[in-house]
Amino acid sequence: MLLFIPKLPLDKGIEAIIDFLTTNISFITKAISRVTEGGIEAFISFLLYFPPWLIIILIALVAFLITRSRGIGIFSLIGLLLIWNLGLWTATVTTISLVLFATFITIMLGIPLGIVAALYEGFYKVIMPILDFMQTMPAFVYLIPAIPFFGLGPVSAAFATVIFAMPPSIRLTALGIRQVPVELIEAADAFGSTRMQKLFKVQLPLATQTMMAGVNQTIMLSLSMVVIAAMIGAGGLGGEVWKAIQRLKTGMGFEAGLGVVIIAIIFDRITQKAAGRKNT
Amino acid sequence: MIKIKVENLVKVFGNQPEAAMKLLAQGFTKEQILEKTKQAIGIGGVSFDVHEGEILVIMGLSGSGKSTLIRCLNRLIEPTSGKIYIDELEVTAMTLKELRELRQKKLGMVFQRFALFPHKTVQQNVEYGLEIQDVEPGLRAQKAVSSLELVGLKGWESNYPSQLSGGMQQRVGLARALAIDPDILLMDEAFSALDPLIKREMQDELLALQNRVKKTIVFITHDLDEAIKIGDRIVLMKDGLVVQQGTPEDILTNPATEYVEKFVENVDISKVLTAQRVMRNVGTVAYLKDGPRTVLRKMQDAGISSIFVVNNDYMIQGIVMAEDAAAAIERGEKSVSEIIRRDTPQVVPGTPISELYTMMSNGSYPLAVVDDDSKLLGVIIKGSIIAALAGRSES
Repeated sequence: MLLFIPKLPLDKGIEAIIDFLTTNISFITKAISRVTEGGIEAFISFLLYFPPWLIIILIALVAFLITRSRGIGIFSLIGLLLIWNLGLWTATVTTISLVLFATFITIMLGIPLGIVAALYEGFYKVIMPILDFMQTMPAFVYLIPAIPFFGLGPVSAAFATVIFAMPPSIRLTALGIRQVPVELIEAADAFGSTRMQKLFKVQLPLATQTMMAGVNQTIMLSLSMVVIAAMIGAGGLGGEVWKAIQRLKTGMGFEAGLGVVIIAIIFDRITQKAAGRKNT
Repeated sequence: MIKIKVENLVKVFGNQPEAAMKLLAQGFTKEQILEKTKQAIGIGGVSFDVHEGEILVIMGLSGSGKSTLIRCLNRLIEPTSGKIYIDELEVTAMTLKELRELRQKKLGMVFQRFALFPHKTVQQNVEYGLEIQDVEPGLRAQKAVSSLELVGLKGWESNYPSQLSGGMQQRVGLARALAIDPDILLMDEAFSALDPLIKREMQDELLALQNRVKKTIVFITHDLDEAIKIGDRIVLMKDGLVVQQGTPEDILTNPATEYVEKFVENVDISKVLTAQRVMRNVGTVAYLKDGPRTVLRKMQDAGISSIFVVNNDYMIQGIVMAEDAAAAIERGEKSVSEIIRRDTPQVVPGTPISELYTMMSNGSYPLAVVDDDSKLLGVIIKGSIIAALAGRSES
C-alpha cells in the first residue's frame, strides 16, 4: 500500500519556509550578523594585540585560581605554550573566542528557557521533544540554513553552534530546579516567599551545581561544533583541521586536533571545578 | 479565646472533586468514593477550634489526613471546601497577597524532615523568614541570634545544617519558625524523625519554651505518647475524619469509639493521670499553734496516723506523726514545733502518677499536693493511686 503513496514533499516544504524567511527577515539577520561579526573580530584582535605569553600566563593563572589545582594550572601553561610553539596561536584565539561567544549566547537563552520549563509543566512538555530533536539532528544540517540568514563566516557558525549546544543547558537548568526537594519548596512557601524570592533564594542556588554541569556540556558541544563549522568558514583550529583534511596532511591535522583537545581539557576542568565547588 | 477555627473542611485529591463531594455528603466512605470516582478523600469534613495559647495535637496514623490538614491551615494545600478562620479572618477567602502576609507574620512552620536550606548557614536559615520580609540586615541578625539562643544553639550561627545532628537541625527549624515571632506554630511531625531519647528531650524543651513564649501550637503526630505528653487537647483522626477530640484524659478515660479504645489501650495510663486526679481532700490539718495533745486528738478523730501542719495561710509547714506526738506528750512538750518533720514530699497538681510511684515508695509519708504558693490542696496515699488505676479498667 505504502508503495502507492508518492514521496511527501517534505524537502520542498522546508525550503519554502526557509525561502520565505530568507526573503522577509534576512535583512535583519544579515545586519545582526555584520554587527556580531565585528564584535567577534574585535575581541579576537584584542586578544591578539597582547603578546601570546601574557595571555597564556593569564589563562593558566585563571585556571589555577578557579580550580585551586596546581596540576591544572601547569597543564594549561604547558599546553598553551605548545600550541603557540606549533604556530597555532591565532587559530586557537579564534576558536576560544567563537566558543566563548557561542556559549555566552547559549547560556543567555538556555538558562531562562530552562527556568520557564522547570516552573511551567505545559512548556516543559512542549520543549522536551524539541530539545531531543535539536540534539539528535546531525549537526551539519544546521549549517545549511545558517548561511542564507547570516552569510558565510563565524556568525553562521555560532548560530548553528548555539542551536546544537543549547539543549543541555536548558535541560539541566530545568532538571536542577525540579530536583530541589519538595519540602524546601514547602518551607519557602510556608514563610510567605513570593515566586521570585523562592526562585532566587532557594531554587536557583540549589540548582547551581546541575546548571554548571549543563554549562560544561554546552562548552564541550560548542567545541565539537566549532570544528564542523569550519566548513562554512568559521576559521580557527577547526579551519586548520579542515585544511588538513582537504590536503590529506595527517601531521598538520593531528597538530590542530591536539590544539582542540588541549583547549577542551582546560575548559572542561575549569567548569567542572566551578560546578563541584558550590554547596557544602 | 479562639485563635483558629476550622469549619467542615474537605480536601479531595483528583480532578473531579464535585463528584466526590456529592458522595461524601451522602455518607459514603473514603474507600467507596475512591472506587466509584477515582477521587481520593484527604479530609472528609473536619471541624475544630484551636484556643489561643494552647497546644493542640492532631493525632492519627499515616493516611489519616493529618498532614494534609495542617497544610490546609496555611494553604500549602488548597482546601476543596470548608472554611478556616485565623483571628476571625477567613483564610480560605484570602487573596494570594493577603495569604503571603499571613504566612510571613503569623504562621511559623516546622517540618518533619527539618527542611533547612542546605546552601545557607544556620543563621541565614533562621533569618529566612525575615529576609523575605525585607527586614534590614542588622535587626534580622539580632532577631535570629536571640531566636537561636532560645533553642540553645548559640555559637552555631555560622555552621551549615549538614554539620549538625538531627536534633540540632530541628532546633534550627524551630528557631527559624520563632524568628518571625509568629502567633501560631504549625509543627508537622516535628520530632518524628528524631531518635527516642532526643525526641523526649525536644518534647520537654518545647513545653518549657511554650511556658515562656506562649504561642498557639498545632502539633501533628502519629505517636500517642507524644500527643498525651505535650497536648493540652487532642484531635484524633482516622480516614480523614475526626473520631474524637478532647483533653488527653478525656480520650483515655472515655474513648468515643471502639477505634479510639483500641488505640489507647496500650497507653501507660500512669503517664496521663495526674496528681490532681487522684488526690483526696485534706480533711483535718494541724496548725503551728496546736500542742501535741490537740494534734494527737485530731488524728485519732480522723483515724489517721500522720497529719499535715499548715500556717494561717494554709501553707504547708510539714507533717507530724502520731508516735512523735505521743512521745512529745510524755516528755511534756507544749508545742509541736519540735516534732514537725519538714522533709515531707510535695508535688504540684499536674505531676503524672508515674512520677509519684518512686516518691511514695521512698518514704512512709503521704504526698502533699500543693500549688505554686505551697498552699495545701490535697493529699495522696498509696491506696488512692491504686484506686484510680483500677477505676479506669472498670469503665
